[in-house]
Amino acid sequence: MTKANLPDTLALDQLAVGVRAHISDIDWSILAVGDALRLKNFGFDEGVAIEALHLGPFGRDPLAVKVGRMTVAIRRAHAAAVRVVPLAA
Amino acid sequence: MTPTKLVAVAGNPNAGKSALFNALTGARQKVGNYPGVTVERHAGRLRLGEDRFAELVDLPGAYSLDPGSPDEAVTRSVVMGEGEYERLPDALVIVLDAANLDNHLRFALQLIGLGLPTIVALNMMDLARRDGLEVSAERLSEELGVPVIETVAVRRKGIEELRLAIDETLASPRDIRPGEGPVEDILTLQRRARDIAVKAIISETPVRRITHRLDGILLHPLIGPIILALLLFTIFQAVFAWAAPPADALEGGVIALGEWVAATLPDGWLKSLIVDGLFAGVGAVVVFLPQILILFLFILILESTGYMVRAAFLMDRLMSHAGLNGRAFIPLLSSFACAVPGIMATRTIDDPRDRLTTILIAPLMTCSARLPVYALIIAAFIPNRTVGWGIGLQGLVLFGLYAAGVIGALVVATMLRRSVVKGTGGSFMMEMPKYQLPQLRDVAIGLWQRAVIFLRRAGTIILATTVILWALASFPKAAPGENQVEASIAGHIASGIEVVVEPIGFNRDISLALLPAMAAREVAVAAIGTVYALDAEDEEGLATLEERLAGRWSLATALAFLAWFVFAPQCVSTIAVTRRETNGWKWPAFMVGYLFAIAYVAAGITYWTAVAFGLG
Ligand SMILES: Nc1nc2c(ncn2[C@@H]2O[C@H](COP(=O)(O)OP(=O)(O)O)[C@@H](O)[C@H]2O)c(=O)[nH]1
Ligand SMILES: [Mg+2]
Repeated sequence: MTKANLPDTLALDQLAVGVRAHISDIDWSILAVGDALRLKNFGFDEGVAIEALHLGPFGRDPLAVKVGRMTVAIRRAHAAAVRVVPLAA
Repeated sequence: MTPTKLVAVAGNPNAGKSALFNALTGARQKVGNYPGVTVERHAGRLRLGEDRFAELVDLPGAYSLDPGSPDEAVTRSVVMGEGEYERLPDALVIVLDAANLDNHLRFALQLIGLGLPTIVALNMMDLARRDGLEVSAERLSEELGVPVIETVAVRRKGIEELRLAIDETLASPRDIRPGEGPVEDILTLQRRARDIAVKAIISETPVRRITHRLDGILLHPLIGPIILALLLFTIFQAVFAWAAPPADALEGGVIALGEWVAATLPDGWLKSLIVDGLFAGVGAVVVFLPQILILFLFILILESTGYMVRAAFLMDRLMSHAGLNGRAFIPLLSSFACAVPGIMATRTIDDPRDRLTTILIAPLMTCSARLPVYALIIAAFIPNRTVGWGIGLQGLVLFGLYAAGVIGALVVATMLRRSVVKGTGGSFMMEMPKYQLPQLRDVAIGLWQRAVIFLRRAGTIILATTVILWALASFPKAAPGENQVEASIAGHIASGIEVVVEPIGFNRDISLALLPAMAAREVAVAAIGTVYALDAEDEEGLATLEERLAGRWSLATALAFLAWFVFAPQCVSTIAVTRRETNGWKWPAFMVGYLFAIAYVAAGITYWTAVAFGLG
């Protein structure tokens, strides 16, 4: 949990659209087993480049994010488990 | 003789496996630009040389050998020779999306680790180029230690090379070590995959991605939902507006042919069977072919462009309120074609409770078999005029009926989630494919297959039920002055049913149509056609069914009938597939029960409301 508390990281659901970042840490423990597996399958991993591209029309949920080269849709609740470090803007 | 060699096509979802499978075998497996199109294994014959063939199997897409959902489990069993697929494949064709190497290589590494003779098809080379990527097949081959063939499945590029490579691999003897499955965990594999991708990608030119720009508009928080609504609206308008000329021509043809036969044949039971059963019954259904094809044209185009997943994205939040998994969107959309493939497509949903909820509400999505019933009643009772801005009233009513089904489904899902299938339904994770121009060939094949299915149904199940109904309605012969249908066996059965459905405004003719419509919903149209033809023995010529209907039913009855069809379970195949997918009779029985209850109440409310407004 140390990394998660670093001031320069934020949760993926707080990342502004269009800001490039990379994943610093993922709290797998707060995700259901199946959801964690799917995120791993999509390539979510420490160090991977990530960017929020679009937000859903209702309650800004779900999010379309680019992980590596792939664009995936995930719900805000799951994005909260992913800590990211924005690249210097 | 050695048994035919078995070759399996595996890879991530949406890599182009089915497209390659079709190109290699000449098969017509469904291809679509979204994950989860293929949910079962499909076999085809792969020609290797003069008289040499291998059996090629197309598999559902998977992300790893660690199955996340029932369709992925099929893939695992086949490539590992487990369970009912005991036979290990003699070779694997791994399909990779060249524009998505980092991700697709992970599963590829896992598959290569199985130790089966393997060929990699580096597919979607055209899309990689569009994204400014230059990928080297040689370098990839060096890294992976297996042959790599560049392909563009949709343009049939690299197909012959792939065929040759498969042939060579099968010909060179190698021991196959039985699959034990690699033990490495996903993240380790993922890192290796990324390293290999870096080596295989020669250069990367940054380009403004078309998909990103289009999504900026189509997923825009305000414009996106408006476009989706306009699109759906246009589809229902088109079903009436565009179909009118071909449908009228078809109807004119059926009537002219029927009249000619009526004039040619001598009076008697055979003439009645052909004119009242065949032409008035089956003919009444066949005229709806243009409408069904127009609906499908839109669905197929949306599927092949990649827009379907965007629609799911836009709707997800609303679905989550009903406790539905976002992955339910695509099975539910498939159910607009037919609930049977829709229910099969729920195999992509990992959570069993989410899956069950989706199966239970799938029949509420208006399937194409209901379209003839809706179209008939609407054409007969709703005036063909616009309500301003060029919006047709008929299309609007049709839109309303579809919307009623969807809203009903959301309400039912919400209630199910609070009672019989409690659960969270809190997940929506889906890959968003790149936009593509629709593949004309796939769209054409899709339309053709749909037309064949429809006409085959008309020629078999609808024909059979109609003939039986004609017989039941024709005998015993009525005494002079008596009404034929009332005097017949069918008439007596209908009187029994009528007792139950009279309170909701249904007349004898509807009672008669309800039972055979269980076989296939379109039979309702055929049944009403036949009954009216028999009843109208003395009328001159064959009037259109719409004209006959308009003269006999009150508007309230017609509306109640539509409301009934929005909800009623009326299809034996749906019940059968539900039994199969839920392994028992409990859930299909529950489904039929709740659907009948809603249908009855909805029809009743509609009828009495309409009567209260003086439409009875
Ligand atoms: N541009 C391009 N599109 C392709 C290629 N191969 C397949 N597709 C398209 O990619 C989508 C997914 O194909 P499909 O065969 O259904 O993938 P599967 O899920 O792996 O079976 C469809 O829209 C295909 O038309 C290719 O080489 N190039
Ligand atoms: Mg497929």
